[in-house]
Parts: sequence; structure tokens; C-alpha cells
Amino acid sequence: MDFTRYSVENYFDEMFVGSAEPRSHYRRLFEALQQLSEEEYQAKQRAVDHAFLRQGITFTVYHDQEGTERIFPFDLIPRIIPGREWNHLEEGLIQRVTALNLFLKDLYHEQKILKDGVIPHHVVDSAEHFRPEMQGVKVPHDIYVHICGTDLIRGADGDYYVLEDNARCPSGVSYMLENRQAIKRAFPRLFPRAGVAPVANYGDELLRVLRHIAPNGNPDPTVVILTPGPYNSAYFEHCFLARQMGIEIVEGRDLIVQDDRVYMRTTQGLQRVHVIYRRLNDDFIDPCVFRRDSVLGVPGLMRAYQAGHVALANAVGTGACDDKVMYYYVPRMIKYYLDQDPILHNVETYLAGEEDDRRFILENLDKLVVKSANEAGGYGMLMGPKASKEEIAEFRDKIVADPRNFIAQPMISLSRVPTWSREHGVAGRHVDLRPFVLFGDKPRIVPGGLTRVALRPGSMVVNSSQGGGSKDTWVLREDEGPIDDGAATQQQSQSL
Amino acid sequence: MLSRVADSLYWIGRYIERVENTARLLEVNLQLMLDFDAFDDVGSEPNWQAVLQTTLCVGAFYERHETADSQTVTDFLTFDRSNPTSIIGSIHAARENARMIRDQITEEMWEAINELYHFVREQNAEAVWHDDVYTFFRRIKGFVYRMQGLTNSTYVRKEGYKFMQLGQFLERADQTTRILDLKTYLPLPETQSVGGVADGAGWVAVLKATSALDAYLHVYPADVQGSQVAEFLVLAPDFPRSVRFCLRQIDKSLRSLSGTDEGFFSNPVEKTAGRLRAEVAYTTREEIEEEGLHSFVDRVQRSLNDINNEIYEAYLALPQIDLEAEIARLSPEKELAQR
Repeated sequence: MDFTRYSVENYFDEMFVGSAEPRSHYRRLFEALQQLSEEEYQAKQRAVDHAFLRQGITFTVYHDQEGTERIFPFDLIPRIIPGREWNHLEEGLIQRVTALNLFLKDLYHEQKILKDGVIPHHVVDSAEHFRPEMQGVKVPHDIYVHICGTDLIRGADGDYYVLEDNARCPSGVSYMLENRQAIKRAFPRLFPRAGVAPVANYGDELLRVLRHIAPNGNPDPTVVILTPGPYNSAYFEHCFLARQMGIEIVEGRDLIVQDDRVYMRTTQGLQRVHVIYRRLNDDFIDPCVFRRDSVLGVPGLMRAYQAGHVALANAVGTGACDDKVMYYYVPRMIKYYLDQDPILHNVETYLAGEEDDRRFILENLDKLVVKSANEAGGYGMLMGPKASKEEIAEFRDKIVADPRNFIAQPMISLSRVPTWSREHGVAGRHVDLRPFVLFGDKPRIVPGGLTRVALRPGSMVVNSSQGGGSKDTWVLREDEGPIDDGAATQQQSQSL
Repeated sequence: MLSRVADSLYWIGRYIERVENTARLLEVNLQLMLDFDAFDDVGSEPNWQAVLQTTLCVGAFYERHETADSQTVTDFLTFDRSNPTSIIGSIHAARENARMIRDQITEEMWEAINELYHFVREQNAEAVWHDDVYTFFRRIKGFVYRMQGLTNSTYVRKEGYKFMQLGQFLERADQTTRILDLKTYLPLPETQSVGGVADGAGWVAVLKATSALDAYLHVYPADVQGSQVAEFLVLAPDFPRSVRFCLRQIDKSLRSLSGTDEGFFSNPVEKTAGRLRAEVAYTTREEIEEEGLHSFVDRVQRSLNDINNEIYEAYLALPQIDLEAEIARLSPEKELAQR
């Protein structure tokens, strides 16, 4: 592959310092890629794409006339994170999710953090996903967020920042695992020598978490995954995880509540269910309590949950800390509950609900990124520097009408990784990173994550619904990158 | 196993078997046409009508086409998505069921179905018709055999497998009886009579359409006669497509689901299946002739329908949940009011 015309421009490039010099942890991959002709690379890419289609690793596109399944575009050049850097991320993520769990417990019980004035009352009262139904409800081991998909980005300075916490039903972990399979097939000779930490045990770890929260410490609980159904865009992932864990995947209509206990309807009659990994948002899980028109949920599920006869992961009400206004207060939570300074920083954030901040936001709309507090998937967002006058005016009106629901952040130039496309060859494309934090008897993070990449030139929107793709994420076991074993390296770098 | 999952497995078994049978039926009939110059497009219409009869879609066909000839019938039974029994419709349904229960089948099974689905999706009906329709049917059948073979070699012999087997053999029994019936609808050219050359070719076609020609000729060397063919396809104890063989599989699968011994039943579907199995096993060629093949086949088909319905009652049908009533029953307000 030809990197001679590659330019890092003014961005932080994960692979190169300057335009020609690969970072040490990328050197071996760089050399191997250079040995590869354009045709060989394309053949590998085609083989991988075909394998994804054959295996049905696809997502459903909403609002698409064809209602078609597409493969999530996968780029072969991995994002590599040196071991030392990962350790820092791991510490920071665990600190953060620990604080979030302490916060949720406090929020749904004593609310000390509000009484002490660390977080204003009105922020919680107006949080869309705060669930008063959870007030005083005891959840197993006081864990609320069992699975957290924190989005990290890296700015021009090379520092990592937390972009959002995704403490409800984060998705994408199946791609982390399938991408790894794909890259092993594509680079069968390079991969085993690259010193990459394995991710394959994610399913085991997840099941361990789910079993840990079984009601009354039941040592042999029946664990199921609850899906909205085959038409959900993440259905592939739900099936994938069920297979990884060897548990049943159920839809709402498969479950029934009797005497505040949950059962599934099987060919042999009703069978008790103890733990539900639900991939359905709070709004839809129980039409008796939340959205009455939901046909995806299970009537009575909340009663069974409140009575402690069934455990849910994540807990109901975790959306309260997913709110982008609450995000602003996470560093304060860390200080308040753990008496520590945050290891990973937030992106600088302005709250439109605060008068000074609002004035600043409205004066600088053309420079800021504005987000609505509870939208996801890259929707409901204004990218000031790239927006038209009309779009800016439209957001100005929205902010003035409903300031509580908007925040603004400076435009961060996401870091880039070389990415191949037919039209442009190898060029830098912006990426983010979603590691998956599991919180059971203790917090664990499988070393890796989903690296999403904005495939359109110049774009910083990485969401799959808006032209994003993904890459494999390599966390290296050694601090100094791959082991340099002299002559052998020379030889191995000849081939992928 | 969830009833919903069992339902999907049962239908995957049925649809996959149906795809193969339809492909074979079309292939054989296209070849049969070649044997008779007298059958020009007009002359072949009754023949293709017979095919439509056996696939139970005469009405739907004539809503879309004026005449039944090789191309229109093949198109309709192969590529027409609006026809749920077409090959493409069945593949689509099998794949959708497999996708819904993706976690319950092996990777090999899923990939086999998925590849079949992508294969037919990429085909262009016109091109297939003009290039090589036989190769196309052979590839379809190849995909099906792969799927069935992979099921046999990778899938654990538990409930799920039994539901697939039930679907497969119920569909197969149904198809075999319908193909036998084909001969009832097949017209003879005017110059031919029963027992003549065309009659013989018709029975050969029936044997080919059930993959039974080789097996039959082992039993009755060089002697293709209607009554023997019927006897073979209904009563042969060891031929895997005979009605008798399929009924034995159905009976075994059903009883192993509930753990019931041979000769006993624990629910209505086992009773119906066991009785039908015994009845066919204790029938002779002469009795079938006396009753008339069509009438006999018709009776078997009705029992197969009963079995299908009773499988639903025993295992697959989820009692309808009245969502509004459930909400009313389980809403917190009600609890408060009671207090």
C-alpha cells in the first residue's frame, strides 16, 4: 500500500507522527501494509465484506424503503492502543462507572448529593429519563449500570476525553468481537505476532455479571436476553450475545408475569426467569408503568422487579445519568463520592440552562457543537463550524425555547486513523472509541472496544446510521508495543 | 424451548423441504415436456395445470397469468415473491425464521440458509430462463442438501432438531402424496392410452420428481407401472420419501418430544400420527386400488393437516395474551385501589 501521499494535516494521527514516521506501536503493521499491493489489500477487503454478508452480520436501516440489511462497513487498518495508554483508560473508566453507580444509588434513595447542593435539584427533576418508580427500590448489590459503553474521543492534543456515558443499552460489542474474527482471517500471519490482547472472553464476563445479580443470590439462575425483535437494528447483536452466552433470547410476548414472578412460555409450559439482560429502553419494558402503547414489553415486569423477584441489567432509571446535562456533573460526582480527581476528563461543556453559559452559547453558535440532552445516534445535533445560517438560526430558536435540553461543547477535532477507500486510497478518517465496562462483583473491561470511523472525507460523525464504519481495536499487551525480535521481525513483516 | 422458537424451527424444516420439492417438480416437468414434441406450448397447458394443482395454487396463478406454459409456471413457482409457495418465497420465509432464532441454530446451518437466500436474490429470472434453468435448479437443490446435511451433522439432537424433523417429514409426506396425485391430473395425449408410452413416461416423471427412480428400479427392474409406482411411494418401508417412511419419522419425533413409548400416545397429535402410521403400514396395494389412489391420497392429506394443527395445539400455539387485560390486571393503580 502506498502511504507516500498520506498526510496527517492538522490532526492527531493514531498511526503517524508527521506524515511519514509511524508511531512505534504501529511500526510493524506499517511495514507489513507497505509490502502489500493495492490489489492484495482490496482482495482482503472484499473477502471480509463477503464474509460479513454470508454470516449475516448486518444491521437494519430505518426509514429505508427497501427495509434492507446492510453490513456495517469495516476497515481493515486497525486502531492500535499501547498497553500503557490502555491502563490509563481502564483506570479512568472504572473510576467513572463506579461513581455513576454510587450516584444512581444515592439518587434513588437518600439524594445526599442534591441535599449537599453538588447537583442542583432542578437538573434531576427535569431529566427525561429519571424514573420516580425506582425511588426506594433496592437493586441487587446496589449495581445499576452493569454494562456501560462509554464513548471516548481524542483531541488534537492527543488527550482522551469522555464524550458520553451510554449507561442505558449500549450496543456495538458484537462488532468488537466480529471485527476481531475478521482481522484474524485477513492477517493470519501478522496477527498472532502482533501482541494483541484477546477480547473473546467478553461473553463469559457478561454472563458472570448477569449471574451475579440473580435475586436472592440464586446460584443457578435462568438468564435471558430481552430483545425488541428481529426488526430492531441491533437484532443481530442480541442473537450474537445470546449465542455467546448460551442463553435464551426472548421477546416481550414470550414472557408473562404471574404472582410478581416472570416466566417464559415454552413448549413444556411456563419456566421461571430470574435475570433479564434487556435491550429495550425503560419506556418500552412495561406498558403498565411506562408507555402504554408498547407491545414490545411485558405487562407487570416492573412489579416483579420492584418486588425483587427478577433482576434487570441495566437497572431501570440509569438514563438519568445518560442525560447530557447530567454528564456535566460527572466530574463532581467522582469528587463527591470517591474524593478523587477524574482520571478521564469531560469535554468542556456549557449548559444552556445556566444564564451565563446560555449567553456564551448563543453568541458562539457558529463555533460550537450543540447537542440536545437526550438524543443519540448523532441526531439532534448542530455542528456550528459546518452549519448553514438557517441551521444556526433554527437551533437558536430551539435553545431559547427549551434551554434545559441543550448543551454546547467546543468543536473537537477527533483523532484520525488511516482508512482505505476505493475513491481516495489511504487517507486519514476521524475515529472515536467505545470500550465496554462490565460491572459485577467488580468492574472489568475487556481490553478493546468498538472504534467507529467517519468514512466520509472530513466528517466527524461516526454513527452507523450516518455513514460511519468500524475498525478493529488492538490493545497491545506490552507497554512498548510489539516485541521486537530482530531478524524474525524482518521476515515476518514481509507478509500479513 | 420457547414455543415461538419451536414454531420457527418447524417452519424452517418445512420451507427448506418445500424448496427442494418444488425445484425438483419443475425440473422434472420441464424435462418431460422435452420428451413429447406433440406438446407445443398450447398442448402443454393441461400438463402445467396439473403442476399447479399439485402445488395448490391454480387460482393465484390465473390471477396473474393468462396461460400456463413452461415459462409462466416456472416463473410463478420460482421467482414470484407474491406467491408464498414459490421457491423464492419459501427461501425468504425460511431465512427470516432462521434470522429470528439465529441463536438457536448452528453457525453452519445459518450460513447455509443465508447463502441460499443471497444466491436466489442475485438471480435474474429472465437470465436464468434463457441461460440454463437446469443448472439453476440443481444449485438450489444443492444448497438445500447442504443445509439438511449440516443440520444432521452439526445440530444437537434435542427438542429443536425434533421440531425441524417434524416439519421436514410432514412436508415431505405431503409433497409425495401431492406428486402421486399429479398423475391424476396429468392428461394423456389423444393418441395414447393408459399403459401406453406417454403413460409410462408420466410415471417415470413421478418417480423422478420424488427422487425415487433408482430405488424403484431396484425393486421392479425395468417395469414402470402405475400401480407399482403408487405402491412404492406409499408403502415402501425403507425408501426415505415414501409416505410410510415419513409417517414413521413423524411418529418417532412426536413421541420422543414427550418421552412416550412406541404404541402409546400422550396427546391428540401423537394419537393421530400413530394411527395414520399404523393404517398406512397395514394397507396393501390392492386396498389402495380398490379405494382409488386419489381418494386414498386425499384421506392421508387430511390426516397430515390434522397432525399439523394438533402440533400447534400441543406445542407451538401461544395462548393469545390480551394485552389490555394484562395491563389492567397488573397495573400499580389497581393494587393501590385494592389496598
